[in-house]
Amino acid sequence: MRTAVATTGARLGLLACESCQLVSRPASATEPGFCRRCGEQLEWRRHASIETTWALVIAAAICYIPANALPVLTTTTLGTSEGDTILGGVVFLYTSGSWPLALVVLIASVMIPLGKLIALSYLLITVQRGSVKSGHERTRLYRMVEFIGRWSMLDVFVDTFTVALVQLQPLMSVDPGPGVLFFAAVVVLTMLAAESFDPRLIWDSANPYPARHG
Amino acid sequence: MDPRLIASSVACPDCDLLQRIPQLPPGGRARCSRCGHQLAKQPTVTNDLPLALTIAATIVFILANTSPLMDLSVVGRTASTTIVGGAYEMWLQNEEITGVLVAFCAVIAPGGYLLFMLTLLVAARRSPAPYWVGEMLRWVNHFQLWSMLEVMLLGILVALIKIAQLATVDAGIGMYCVGALVLLIPAIAVNFDERGLWERVEWADGEKPPLSPAELAPAQVPK
Repeated sequence: MRTAVATTGARLGLLACESCQLVSRPASATEPGFCRRCGEQLEWRRHASIETTWALVIAAAICYIPANALPVLTTTTLGTSEGDTILGGVVFLYTSGSWPLALVVLIASVMIPLGKLIALSYLLITVQRGSVKSGHERTRLYRMVEFIGRWSMLDVFVDTFTVALVQLQPLMSVDPGPGVLFFAAVVVLTMLAAESFDPRLIWDSANPYPARHG
Repeated sequence: MDPRLIASSVACPDCDLLQRIPQLPPGGRARCSRCGHQLAKQPTVTNDLPLALTIAATIVFILANTSPLMDLSVVGRTASTTIVGGAYEMWLQNEEITGVLVAFCAVIAPGGYLLFMLTLLVAARRSPAPYWVGEMLRWVNHFQLWSMLEVMLLGILVALIKIAQLATVDAGIGMYCVGALVLLIPAIAVNFDERGLWERVEWADGEKPPLSPAELAPAQVPK
């Protein structure tokens, strides 16, 4: 492993614009000012990154419970209604013979959101404890969270287009259940959480730079 | 330190390591020497390819949103839906927020991406590119994050297979258009040289763009 202190922008008192990547010297350490090229407000690290990310992760974790417990679809056939949860949908796909699709939905709707919550919590805890180990692995984990997060929206689309098509009153109709809203909330909140987490924090504890406030 | 030297160095967005990007051959990539984040990519093609792809994608996008995605028929009754129709049906079923979210991820974000991309690619043919091109680039990146056509396509396929148990479902023109967009939109992003464009944009403080890194003498990473 590299033992020398790495030359980061923050150590040299230089900061990169988050929007256009231009490296510049800030107006002052506490009030960095605005990017000369694109006019974006400059920040050493994303503002209140840890607090914001924790808040979004906790909110998403709370929504994850009703998202899985409440039905996402309600099927009404000749007067009788039946609710289907996300896992119920997976079981339906599996029993109707399309197990590859059942697996895709299981991964996208159940495992990815849960994995994102665990991964982001792990990243937050290691940053808060000032861990200096496995920076590469943690950065890779963060990129994975960022990359696959969008795929959990899958079930929202499945439900939307099932509802939109199966409107054959009075014969049969499918209506969205209360779980959809919570599930959509989990997806949006975890995507926002991944955006508010600043991956540079992973490297900062191995490579401290003079404390800056503001 | 020379301000031009500062402006020509790069701080890795993932780990803040300060480094300089060497002259890259066409198609060459530069990765962060610490965390491996891709810092730069030298385009192999001219600016005209992203523009051509964007025009094609915009036409396909309009078709995708105006033609039916799929038709369903069961015991003599038929139903069909478009992308917006799906979102609107959610709205009608008292799931307003979900409907808006679907409309945003499937129509507004990809539409905004294409519209802004088209405008900025045309405007960027001027040199230096006008200041507002930078503003649009920022928007383009947000739209790209929330544009989920590929997720929607898979979602529709799953829905089709679920419904196929109950009724006959046929894919419509809209469906094929979405399929084409799923290939076209990433093709734009891959061939678009964002870094190169930033270097040609007029600065917010009114300055002209500085010398390109290629014109600066190679220097050590500032210590």
